[in-house]
Amino acid sequence: MEAFGLLMYGFSVLLTWKILALMMVGLVLGIFVGVLPGLGGPNGVAILLPLTFTMDPTSAIVMLSCIYWGALFGGAITSILFNIPGEAWSVATTFDGYPMAQQGKAAEALTAAFTSSFIGSLVAVLLITFLAPGIASFALKFGPPEFFAVYLLTFCSFVGLGREEKHKTIISMALGLLLASVGMDTVSAQLRMTFGWSELFRGINFLVAVIGLFGISEILLTMEERLALRGHAAKISLRVVLKVWKELPRYWATLLRSSVIGCWLGITPGGAIAASFMGYNLAKRFSKDQDSFGKGRIEGVFAPETAAHASGTSALLPMLALGIPGSGTAAILLGGLMVWGLNPGPLLFVEHKGFVWGLIASMYLGNVVGLILVLTTVPLFAAVLRVPFAAIAPMIVVSCAIGAFAI
Amino acid sequence: MPKPEVEIVVEDPGAPADDSPALTSSRTVDIAVSIVLLGFALLLAFDNWRTGISWDSTGPQAGYFPFYLAVILATACLYGLCKELLARRQRAETFVTRAQFWRVIQVFVPTLLFCLLMQWLGLYVASFLLVAGFMIFVGRIAAWKAVLTAAVFSLAMFVTFDIAFDVIMPKGPLEALFGH
Repeated sequence: MEAFGLLMYGFSVLLTWKILALMMVGLVLGIFVGVLPGLGGPNGVAILLPLTFTMDPTSAIVMLSCIYWGALFGGAITSILFNIPGEAWSVATTFDGYPMAQQGKAAEALTAAFTSSFIGSLVAVLLITFLAPGIASFALKFGPPEFFAVYLLTFCSFVGLGREEKHKTIISMALGLLLASVGMDTVSAQLRMTFGWSELFRGINFLVAVIGLFGISEILLTMEERLALRGHAAKISLRVVLKVWKELPRYWATLLRSSVIGCWLGITPGGAIAASFMGYNLAKRFSKDQDSFGKGRIEGVFAPETAAHASGTSALLPMLALGIPGSGTAAILLGGLMVWGLNPGPLLFVEHKGFVWGLIASMYLGNVVGLILVLTTVPLFAAVLRVPFAAIAPMIVVSCAIGAFAI
Repeated sequence: MPKPEVEIVVEDPGAPADDSPALTSSRTVDIAVSIVLLGFALLLAFDNWRTGISWDSTGPQAGYFPFYLAVILATACLYGLCKELLARRQRAETFVTRAQFWRVIQVFVPTLLFCLLMQWLGLYVASFLLVAGFMIFVGRIAAWKAVLTAAVFSLAMFVTFDIAFDVIMPKGPLEALFGH
């Protein structure tokens, strides 16, 4: 029950007009980011991070996490209406979501996607609320050897669970750690790997690397694709929403299964992409009517969306409790924490209670507000896709540059 | 259930053609990147060895940790290199087609120019030029639309960051003219 009291405290931190306004701004920006090609959760957060540098940490993290929730919601819009997954984790949503839209049931599919996203994150947030404080207080007993062990386990699971070739994962990790150790050695204050170049004395900033890797590379990758699209416009009426919600209890098993998969893969570095596919495949395997999957079955929308959101949200658990990012976005938020002068890890729960519980409370509130927001404004965001990519691409480049200079 | 008509259509005239010939295969790129990273790893290993990779009275010297990282990096690169070179069946996957590469260059070169111009013109003027130029020459969008979009965008960025949030960006002669 202690967690409940702290959660209420979190809500009290949150309920100011300024933070609520920032929350709305974050959600709207996030949905934009999720809908637009060439931008997604991690790079959207990376590019918009500089906006928050002058804010206090609580407002900043609330806004950034809302951008992330918004991006998760936004990914579903393009998958269902245009058969274009805005995010890799929405690919599985297109399997049944787009056929539904073709059959004139776009509104049902969208409602199903948003609702199941909401349920997925709700389960994950409940998990964070009740599990994270326990893990953090346990982790407070950790000394250097324990932390070494935890990090070693994390890195090993990156190699073991990743879908890439193993030596490539090792190369990426070694390269990242090398880049991080450029500059002054924190123990001996001796310079290393600077080759006498004064710009490198202070090291390579994590956020600069992230903006380059996530922001610029994503645009270049998007340019390789054909960016033409044709799709359906959809309006969601209250009648449809209520109809889908009335059917929800019938799919409790699918929702529960996907939530569990999502939470598990979110905490371990499996990630939202793996979770959405796994959720979809398991829903199909357990179904009595397997052949109807892929032809516009509503369960095929529920399963991947629930899993993706549960995973995206629970990836924040290890970040908050241990200071280990569970996903790319969590890693960027972690970089943000350091910019705002907070030390990620279990001490956060002791030293910055307002920040941690404000963030957890914002996950509840952000998802509720986000759900209402997307249900009411879908046609608007679908129209955003009419903006040509030739206008968006240079603006993203400029945003990346601003982000790099703001640090 | 009535079929809904298609309501949103966005064309992409400059899209890369599907039958464009491959520029390089994934294998070639894997090999090239492995070699570059191997060189990088050796360079860093050498620099760290120079800094000191042993233990002294205070603990590990500054180069100890990065030296072994460089060794791990080099080993992984060597493994990747051997794997690709010794593979019996050569993968024929395309890394990038000619048309795709051309599209990537269309973004990459302007971005590079933008970074260079920023040194003299400041970030905001350079971003105006980038957005306007890109929309006109790559997107083939009407010039007045492009210039208007770019002007509004650069101004909005200036107001947001320089005035509202106090984040200082590199500036050039134009901003100096207005006393910023």
